[in-house]
Parts: sequence; structure tokens; C-alpha cells
Amino acid sequence: MLPKIFFAYFAFAILFIAMLVVTRKNPVHSVLWMLLLFFHIAGLYLFLNAEFLAAVQIVVYAGAILVLFLFVVFLLNIKEEIKAKRFINAWPTGFAFALGIFFLFVMTFRSYIAPPAGPYTVEMVQSESNIVVLGKILYTEFLFPFEIASLILLVAIVGAIVLAKRRLKS
Amino acid sequence: MEYYLLIPFLPLAAFIINITLGKDILRNKADWVSVLAVCGSAVVAIYTLYDVAVLKNTYDKDLYTWIVSGNFKVSVGFLIDQLTSVMLIVVTVCGSLITIYSVGYMHGDPGYYRFFAYLSLFTFCMLMLVMGNNFLQLYFGWEGVGLCSYFLIGYWYEKKSASDAGKKAFIVNRFGDFGFGLGVIMVFLYFGTLHYSVVFGNVQTIAHQTVNIYGYVISLPTLIALLLFCGAIGKSAQLPLHVWLPDAMEGPTPVSALIHAATMVTAGVFLVARCNPIFNLSETALIVVALTGGITALFAATIGLVQNDIKRIIAYSTVSQLGYMFLACGVGAYAAGIFHLYTHAFFKALLFLCAGSVMHAMGGELNLQKMGGLKKYMPWTYRTMLIGSLSIAGIPGLAAFFSKDEILWLAYAGESPVGKFVFVLGAIGAFLTAFYSFRLIFLTFHGKFRGTHEQEHHLHESPKVMIIPLMLLAVGAIGAGWVGIPPLLGGGAHISHFLEPVLGHPHVHATHAEEWLIMGISVLIAVSGIICASYIYLVRLDIPVRFARNFRPVYNILFNKYYVDELYSFLFIRPTLWVADHILVRITDAKFIEGVVNGVPKSIGDFSQSFRRIQTGIAQHYGIVMAAGAIFIIAFVLLFM
Amino acid sequence: MVPLYWYIVLSAALFSVGVFGFLARRNVIIMFMSIELMLNAVNMSLITFSHYLQDMRGQILAFFVIAVAAAEAAIGLAIIIALFRNKSTAHVDEIHEMQG
Repeated sequence: MLPKIFFAYFAFAILFIAMLVVTRKNPVHSVLWMLLLFFHIAGLYLFLNAEFLAAVQIVVYAGAILVLFLFVVFLLNIKEEIKAKRFINAWPTGFAFALGIFFLFVMTFRSYIAPPAGPYTVEMVQSESNIVVLGKILYTEFLFPFEIASLILLVAIVGAIVLAKRRLKS
Repeated sequence: MEYYLLIPFLPLAAFIINITLGKDILRNKADWVSVLAVCGSAVVAIYTLYDVAVLKNTYDKDLYTWIVSGNFKVSVGFLIDQLTSVMLIVVTVCGSLITIYSVGYMHGDPGYYRFFAYLSLFTFCMLMLVMGNNFLQLYFGWEGVGLCSYFLIGYWYEKKSASDAGKKAFIVNRFGDFGFGLGVIMVFLYFGTLHYSVVFGNVQTIAHQTVNIYGYVISLPTLIALLLFCGAIGKSAQLPLHVWLPDAMEGPTPVSALIHAATMVTAGVFLVARCNPIFNLSETALIVVALTGGITALFAATIGLVQNDIKRIIAYSTVSQLGYMFLACGVGAYAAGIFHLYTHAFFKALLFLCAGSVMHAMGGELNLQKMGGLKKYMPWTYRTMLIGSLSIAGIPGLAAFFSKDEILWLAYAGESPVGKFVFVLGAIGAFLTAFYSFRLIFLTFHGKFRGTHEQEHHLHESPKVMIIPLMLLAVGAIGAGWVGIPPLLGGGAHISHFLEPVLGHPHVHATHAEEWLIMGISVLIAVSGIICASYIYLVRLDIPVRFARNFRPVYNILFNKYYVDELYSFLFIRPTLWVADHILVRITDAKFIEGVVNGVPKSIGDFSQSFRRIQTGIAQHYGIVMAAGAIFIIAFVLLFM
Repeated sequence: MVPLYWYIVLSAALFSVGVFGFLARRNVIIMFMSIELMLNAVNMSLITFSHYLQDMRGQILAFFVIAVAAAEAAIGLAIIIALFRNKSTAHVDEIHEMQG
């Protein structure tokens, strides 16, 4: 019973905050609501026995990415943003399509057939901690994607600098 | 090796050489190529005649299969028989003499090479026409000579009257060619092939068939014969399609001599003679041919009486003489028609070339009334033209006497129901022929010079390169008829016997006495015509003037060629032009075709303009479309799979 | 036990909120944040399945998604900065150079 109540709280909170994120006039408010959203999502991950990812979520998303967003937001003229129109002219269409996608996903899931369960039961994962299990799999089966991910991050660093560099006045 | 292939292909080679190399390389030497080619053809043609006449060989060979389509098979083939060999002599010998003459006549003309190229092309097409062994090759040659006629009539294309005349010739010919084409198609439909040997061999199969057209029942041989005759009417300038020949005199005189006297216009007669098996099955068709020939002969002769342009007079004379040839074919005397064709080639070409010589001396002047007394300046031209005119008038001993007399005799004495009627027409025509030919001689060469002083100073005899062909043609005008001296006068009628295997022999129902009578009438008509002309135009020059004044309407009708051109203009040309301008240009072209041609791009453009508004440049719109697409695909998969 | 179904519905709902935000807002940065929302929804779905199917690979994939999302956010924001320098506006419907 209790898990269901907690889940209900988290679910409604996530949805409500997400709505808030998307509809605020002031972009700074949006970013801050998003921060709260990520905390709730991390909490939900804890329910799902993904402690490592919960931590990663907070550190990377909330700690790095949102800060990056915030820096860029500061480039804007906040006073003007508050006065300007929020939604584009075609927003009802967007709303309709979003609703459509939601229903579509739900309908799709109705024909879900559960496959046989894998070896990593909750007890087994909890005996060795989540990190150890993840690490074992990551560095053996998924080594190659791991290295590629590091390359992607390198590209991101270089790209970000190149794209955002101010041209030198010659 | 079939030696007779040289005959058409030498001029073809000359054409190709002249048209490709003539402009820049050969220039004034282009004449040599054509002259050598056509003289070479003439030599081979003479040998062919020897081969057919003495060695008694005939050839019917297919050279190259041109079209094979289902049942339809047509080849490029050659038929060399007696008729062909006679025609070859006519075309090549006259062609050589005229080509040599042109070297002098066209001297200094800027398009020199072009003239000789077209002349050679014409010779090639005419030879293909004559030597063909199937209807399609005949049609090819037919159209080819029509095309060359257009090129050569409109040779001086900067002159509007010349290019108009070329167009007129081609278009009027097309009218005839339409019927001719239908005739060829019908031959194919009913015989399954276009080869002469098969068609003429099996001609009895259609002898009694009939065709039902909208309820009218027509005998099949009549229909085919009349359709083929349509082509002959057009090409040989018979009534009602004669209107192009006088206008064709806009071309250079050698062209008039070769094409419109000796060769192209005789293609119609050749056609009728070649198809005589078909024509012989249909009495109606023969009557039509004879009547057309006879009426045209008289009609053209009357017009020629009052014309003042020397070339036009000779042109109408040609139309008239062609009428005689068709008259002969219509009464069944095909051999006589071909005989007249052969003699006519010589004296008519001679007359034209002499006229050209006169024009050359008079600086291009054509009007009779401005000439006179040229006898003492141009003796050789005078003598040869006199011989030609005596010949055409039908003086005994000269060429045309024998051929014309044969025609009149066979018209009178033959089996044709209209024979006696066309004989009368022909006899009157003969009188008029003698009259206007000598009118031309007297007004041009006798009496006082009526031109300007500068023209008088310029008068001179033509150069040897022009006179020699004249003399050679004069020999022909005299002697060409001697191959056909009738048995009545002690001759062997060689040419009729020679052509008999191909053209048959008409039955004659009359006595020898009648034959002498007819011959006497011919001579009498000829001599009286000359005497009348000499009286009126040498002694009493006031008579023509009084005639023109007192009989003004008659004179006007004759002078204006019976207003046929005006009639055609009113009936056909103006309505066609009206339809072309008001309906075809303004409605069909401007509205429909332009509508489509402009409308399609415009509608594409309009559609594109409206469609490009999808590209708003705003990313979210594109996102919406992508989302829509994704939803659609997922929904589709969900629902239907 | 919370049924699997509820997590999926939550994930779908979060995703569609992200879609709505992407398709409806004028501000470029909010659009970007909506993309991050969508990615998070997907992550949630992955981790849910990893838990219920007792297979670790969902978490591995979510891990990589987070890494790539970080890289993408960096570059995307750099582009926005460059765009902002050129057009000096952050509203999408004012940037329609590609129109027509």
C-alpha cells in the first residue's frame, strides 16, 4: 500500500512540475522548476533500485546541465521575456499532437507481452551493490560503447568551444 | 554488276559532292561535277537502250529491301524495259544538254553550286521515278521531283514572286499527290503488294470488283485509275491543276526547259502509260483521261494566243502538248503518247533554251512587245528556234509531225467513244499551236526592234556553250521523230513496235483512205496556222490591235487565263487563309495550345507558390509535421497489423 | 507492488508534456529543456523495464543516454549562443530564414 501512495505522490508531482516547467513566462523560473523535477525523478529511480543512476541524475543533470542552461538563460533580456508572448500561434495543434502521442503510447502498451525475466533479481543486485553490478557489465559487455561515449563527450567539448567562440575582430 | 545502277547514282553522287563541297571548295567549278555525272548517265542510258532494243534484255531486280512491316514489303528495285529505256534517253540526253547550257546561262550567279546541286538531285529523283519497279519508289521519285521543282523554281529566293511560285507549284502538286497517294494505298489494299510485276500480272483479279462508298457503287479499276490520274493531273499541269506551270517560269530558263518541259511534267504521262493495265480495265477512266487531255490542250492553246511573256507562251504550249499526250493515252494509244513525250522533250527544251538565249541577249527582258528584228543579231538562235517552232506546228518531216499525227489518227480511228470529239479538239488545238508558235517567232525575230536603245546595244549572240546544245536539240527536233514513221509513209513504226510489249497496241477501225485524209488535214492545219500568223504579224500588225479593242471582253478573258487563278483564290485560298488566321491562329493556337503550353507551367508555378508556404521556417511547425507522421505510422501499424 | 503499467503511463505522460513544450513555446531555451524532459521520460521507461524484467541493460542504456544528453545539451546551447549573437532574438518564430 505504502509504495503505491509514494508512487502516486511522485507521479503527480512530476507531472505537475513538468507542466510548470513548460508553461512559465520567466525562463529562470522554468529552470528552477526543472531542478525540482529532476530531484523527484531521482527519487523515483531510488524506488526502482537504481541508486547509482539516481546519483548520476542529480550530479550530471541537475548539477551540470541545468547550470549550463542557467548560464545561457542569463544572456537573455529577462524583462522582455516576461512581457513577450509565451506560446507560438500554432500551440493548440501542438497540444493536440502531444495528446495524440500520449494516447498512442498507452494504446501501444496494451499489447505488451512480458518476456522471461533476466538474472539480475533485486536480491542479487542488492547483495553486490548496484554500482558493482553496473561496473561489471559496463566494463566487459559494454566496453566499446563506453569508450565511444567518452569520444562523444570530447566532441562536445571541442564543439561547444568552437561554436560559441567570439570571432576575433581583426 | 548491274550497270544501269550508274544511271541514277551518278547524279546522286554529283548532288552530294556539290551540296557539301560546292559552297566553299568547288564554287565556280561545281558545274563540271554535274555535267560529267549526267553525261555519264546519258552514255549508260544509250547503252541500256542498245541492251534492251538489240540484245532484247529486260531487268526487274530488287536492290535493297527498304521496308518490311507485317505483310508490307517494299524494296528499292529497278525495272528496265522498253518504256523505261525510252524515258531514260529522254531524261538523260535532255538533261545533259540542258546542264551544259546552264554552264553558260548561270555564269556569274552567286548560288552557282546550289543550282547544279539541285539540278543533279532532280535528275536523280526523276531517274528513280522512271526506273522504279514498285509504286512506292515511283512515289518517292514523284515527291522528290516535286521538291526539286520547288527548290529550283524558287532558286532566286530573294524575289518574292519566285518563292511564291515555288510554293504554288508544290502546294498545287500536293492536291494531286493526295489522290495519287490514295491510289497507291488502294493498290496495296487490293493487291497486297506494290510491285509492278505482281500488280500488273494479276490485274484481272480486280477487273469486276466494285467499291461501295456511302451508298455509291464504283467500279474498283475506275476508282484506282482515277485516283492515280489525280497525281498525273497535278504533276503534268492539266486542268484544273494547271495553274502552277505558268508561274513556274519564275525559275531560271534551264529549269523551265528541263523540268517543266522535258521531264518532270511528263512523269504524269509516264505514270498513266506504266499503269496502262489498270486503265485498260476501266472505260470511264480512259474517257476522263482523254477528255481532260483534249480540253486542256485546247484551253491552254487559247490562252497562249494573247500572252506577251515569251516564257509563258511556251509554258502554255507545254500544258497544251501534255494535253495531247493524255489524249493519246485516253484513247488507248499509249505508245503514241510516249512517242509524243519523247519528241516533245526535244523541241520544247529547244524552244525554252532559245527563249533563254533571247533573254540573255535582252538582259532579262521577257516581254514580246519589246522585242523584234532579233534575226540579224542572233542568227543561230533564230534558226534553231525556227526549227523548233516548225516542229511543234507539225510540218511534215520534222519530229512532232509524226507523233502528233499518230495521236490524231489514233484518236479518230480508235475504239474510244470520245475519240472523234477529242480529235476535233486536238485538231483545233493544232491550228492554234502553229499560230501562236509563229506569232512568237515573228514578233521576236522579225520586224523592227521595239526595245530601248541600251538593250539594242547589248544585243549579241549567245556563247558557244549555249549555242551547241541548241544545235544538238535542233537535230533532235528534226530527227527524233524518224523512229516512228508510220507504215503509211513507208516507215517501220519502230517505236510503236518497240513499246508494244509494255504498252500494247490500240485497235484501229478505219481505212487507209481515212488515214491519208487525217494526215492531209494535219498538214493543212499546220500550214494554214503558219500562214495566218505570218499574215497577221508580219503584214497586218493592226489586226491584233483592232481585235483587242473590239473584242475587249474576249481578249481580257484570254489574257487573264480565264480568271482561273482568281477563281481559286476566291474559292480556296481566301477561305483557307481566313480560317487559318481567325480560327487556327486566334482560337486554336492562342487559346488552346498556348493555354496548355502556358497554362501547365503557370499552374505548376501557382501550385508551387502555394505549397511553398508549408516551409514557414519555424522549427516547431516542422516538429508538428514530424510528430504527425510518427503518430500516423504507429497508429497505422497498431490498427492494421 | 506498483504495477508496471503505471510507470509506463507516467513516462508517456512526461514525454507528451515534453512534446507539448517543444511544439508550443516560443523561447528557444524552453524548447531545449522540453527535449531534456523527453529524454528523462525515456530514461524512466528504461529503468522501469530494467527493474521489472530484472535485466541490467536498461540501466546501462539509461546511463549512456544521460551521457549523450549532456554532450548534446552542451553543443545545443553553444549553437543557441551563436544564433543569439546573430539574430539577437531568442524567439523561434522570429527566426525564419529558411522560409519559402
